Amino acid sequence: MRTARCEYLLRFGDNALILSQRLGERCGKGPALEEDMALTNTALDLLGQARLWLSLAAEAAGDGADEDTLAYLRDDREFHNVLLVEQPNGGYADTLVRQFLFDAWASLALRQLLGSRDAAIAAIAEKAVKEVSYHLRRTSDLVVRLGDGTERSHALMQAALEALWPYHHELFIGDAVDAEMVAAGIGFEPASLRDAWLSYVREVLAEASLTMPAAGGWAPKGGKQGLHSEHLSRLLAEMQVLPRSHPGARW
Amino acid sequence: MKNQWPLWEVFIRSQHGLAHRHVGSLHAPDATMAINNARDVYTRRNEGVSIWVVRSVDITASNPDDKAELFDPAQSKVYRHPTFFPMPEEVKGL
Repeated sequence: MRTARCEYLLRFGDNALILSQRLGERCGKGPALEEDMALTNTALDLLGQARLWLSLAAEAAGDGADEDTLAYLRDDREFHNVLLVEQPNGGYADTLVRQFLFDAWASLALRQLLGSRDAAIAAIAEKAVKEVSYHLRRTSDLVVRLGDGTERSHALMQAALEALWPYHHELFIGDAVDAEMVAAGIGFEPASLRDAWLSYVREVLAEASLTMPAAGGWAPKGGKQGLHSEHLSRLLAEMQVLPRSHPGARW
Repeated sequence: MKNQWPLWEVFIRSQHGLAHRHVGSLHAPDATMAINNARDVYTRRNEGVSIWVVRSVDITASNPDDKAELFDPAQSKVYRHPTFFPMPEEVKGL
């Protein structure tokens, strides 16, 4: 049985790992060379963060796991990422909106963790927050440009926003693990980030002349607890095929 | 390509006290994105502390055909080089 702290670490690590893998699928296929590199840089930043979180989680698990076994040898039900990050890349607008919604949350979440009583967690947050601040600056800029761009770019961005909006709710829903981490002074209450997130997102969407979807509505959740959409197992199949078919393979 | 973003020349200063150096070029629709793109394309390996971008069309270049009259006269004028002055030992940094 893994401790709450271990699961908490896996949640942050899995968010970064799965989103990184998704962005990696786009490597070499960006709409322009510059954009391709920027998005792949983001993927690599997230992969670096995932390694830090998963190494710490492996240490906390203390059952012989390491960052690689956690990434490559767990099944979908053992992953603790939110549903948002496993959603398919779709068109470029979908990839960008998913990233924007996530970056806006990650930037707030990591700032909370800077004050964590757990020094190892605070240290990872300190490194990651600089990277994520840049990701958010870049995605906000692109959301404004494309939302307020041509009629076609506006329509694509609005459609992507409508499609991905339901998945933001999960970011702000706490459970027993969150409560235990709050009580220990290690983590934060997810719901406490909601107002700041909404106010930032509202501001950017207004500048982008995009309409924020109405409050309420469908709010899928469960990713944090290991209940995922069908998309995750396909992503894992591709990500894990090599280490699973050739155990111990090395460069 | 007609719809290509305009071209920008990128200059990076690698550390304080040094001058910005030309490192290459990239495409971007405006200056803000040119800076962002330059950050992602040219400073991934910790190359810089400052970035300049200039639209390539705003650069006026000398004409290669004028090479002879522009540059040849400077050859064989060794007296223009400050190599004939003995420098005192105490002077550092030259």
